[in-house]
Amino acid sequence: MFYFSVPLGKFVRRVSRLRGGGSALPGLVVEKIDPGFMRRTLSTLPHGVAVVSGTNGKTTTTKMVVELLESQGLKVFTNRTGSNFTRGVAAALLGEVDWRGRLDADVAVLELDEAHAVHFVNQVPPRYCLLLNVLRDQLDRFGEIDKTAQLLQHIASKTTGTVVLNREDPRVARIADTLSTETASGPEVLYFGLDDSLLSTFPNDDEMRAAPGSPVPPAPAKPHADVVLRRVGAADADFEYDGVTATTAMKLRGVYNIFNAAAALTLARAIAVRGTGQGQAALADNEGLLKALANVAPAFGRGESLVVDGLPLDLVLVKNPSGFRLGLKSFPAAGYATMIAINDNYADGRDMSWLWDVEFDTLREGGVDQLSGSRAYDMALRLQYDDVAIGAVNTEIAPALAAFISGARDKPKRIFCTYTAMLAIRRELSKITTVEVVS
Amino acid sequence: MNIYGDWGNALVLAQRLRWHGYTPELLEYNVGDEFPADVDLIVGGGGQDSGQLVIQDDLLSRESVLRGLAEDGMPMLVICGLYQLFGKFFKTRTGSVIPGIGILDVETHGTDERLIGNVSVSTTEFGTVLGYENHSGQTTLGPGVTPLGTTAKGTGNNSSDGQEGARYRNIVASYLHGSLLPKNPALADFLIRTAVERKYGSFSPGTPDDSYAVHAREHAARRPR
Repeated sequence: MFYFSVPLGKFVRRVSRLRGGGSALPGLVVEKIDPGFMRRTLSTLPHGVAVVSGTNGKTTTTKMVVELLESQGLKVFTNRTGSNFTRGVAAALLGEVDWRGRLDADVAVLELDEAHAVHFVNQVPPRYCLLLNVLRDQLDRFGEIDKTAQLLQHIASKTTGTVVLNREDPRVARIADTLSTETASGPEVLYFGLDDSLLSTFPNDDEMRAAPGSPVPPAPAKPHADVVLRRVGAADADFEYDGVTATTAMKLRGVYNIFNAAAALTLARAIAVRGTGQGQAALADNEGLLKALANVAPAFGRGESLVVDGLPLDLVLVKNPSGFRLGLKSFPAAGYATMIAINDNYADGRDMSWLWDVEFDTLREGGVDQLSGSRAYDMALRLQYDDVAIGAVNTEIAPALAAFISGARDKPKRIFCTYTAMLAIRRELSKITTVEVVS
Repeated sequence: MNIYGDWGNALVLAQRLRWHGYTPELLEYNVGDEFPADVDLIVGGGGQDSGQLVIQDDLLSRESVLRGLAEDGMPMLVICGLYQLFGKFFKTRTGSVIPGIGILDVETHGTDERLIGNVSVSTTEFGTVLGYENHSGQTTLGPGVTPLGTTAKGTGNNSSDGQEGARYRNIVASYLHGSLLPKNPALADFLIRTAVERKYGSFSPGTPDDSYAVHAREHAARRPR
């Protein structure tokens, strides 16, 4: 069957690319004229659709899952541009399908924003979902984090095959209960988990100031996890699965990224090992998966290390208190020049309260060389109250970055930044160094 | 309840007390703790609706102590969820009633509308007060309290009368997170002065450097809702 919407959508996509436009318009056009396009196209994939959602780490985790599956010889469709809205998926599909609307792939792995994932799964029930976490992020959109958890629960409720949950996040782990009680033949539930020795490196918002009796959701008894992160070293990590512990080198840095690697391994194993019904042979070899994992580089801005003046410059994306606390913990300040850039645009979240839930005493010794972003002075005020010395404040990112780089030529550098500040910083850095381009 | 940056208010009070030349002692009170006997200033934060349910029994059991301290002029700062529970009741959207301790003559009704965004409030006591709101309960004031101020940007107590917060004796109640005190040092110093005067009879202020606060206020005031 030939659908007119596909060539039309592809045409709009070309025109909008020529005009230098974003990915949303062609997606919007095809959604309007052919609402069944996404479901029809994705339903042909032999391994179905896997949705990755949660408040933090979606982009890096999705990238990992894709590379793990590709290492097993699977053709993977993904929304690589990080356009994690339903419309962005439709636009990405338009770029991949042929003129008759056929998609040459074995499986789709899609990063979806929590709220948009709900619309997506209503249209296209996924075979797999991976739910990462519910951190206190974007409350200006969702109001309360309990509301965010409900959005993830809805994704799980529409999943037909396997739901992969974070065992260590109580709001995510509890989703399992809603699945077993609501449906008799519900999806299979798998967990990824952390060794007890690493739990303290993941402070959650509830535990931050809570004593016994404070409003912390009760954690369920710990279920078995398919993959457990046992240890994180300087450049390697131990993962346990199938009763064995394997050590692998890691290019990714930051404990949270490596915990997400456990999440990605669990989903990849679910798809490539378990999800091989209907006469398909088991595809995955665990050794191959680990080898692929060792080669995964961070997604842009997520612990990305660039080179400026012959020395490393790390970009660390921060967007909520847990993430910022982990960032400070994972990347010690000693020996580094530090810059912080805080924007409050829509994509960053407009609310600045969260800066007050991060402790900055680890920066006290070396101080912070440069502050920037539309909320640079909120950050300065926060550091002043933690007795952290401040070099300079400039709300404009380009001159602040230039001053930071020229003022610390002999030191490795680190920039903690919110999402839109990170985009601006990468844009400026691309003028002086090679920055990975994500199409 | 402190999931929303309200801890910053406690940090600011402790640090400014040091800058004014005093040595603060910061105590945390959690559900079931023994209530400290020699407290001089009380700060409480907001939480999710589920958090309010968790603390309500404990709070009700402290009603007479807190009322006595409030009537005696102890300064208190209560934000969002605790502001609601310092009032008479919070009637949720579904009609169930969470009783408050009624120190403030206010009542709160849950709605489907969520009031979220940057807020600017004109007050006679503290000048312009800046912050951020995020709540679905709408609060109306009775004759026993006065509003903290009127909103120049944002919604405040409810979507109809343009009032924000409540004042009663030395209690300051507000929906503003942000946190409230860092960018509003005049308000922080009111609480500090009141606490110190109540304890020692007089207050000799220091000279905190508020230049970052001044800049942060200017930038916050220019940001969109």
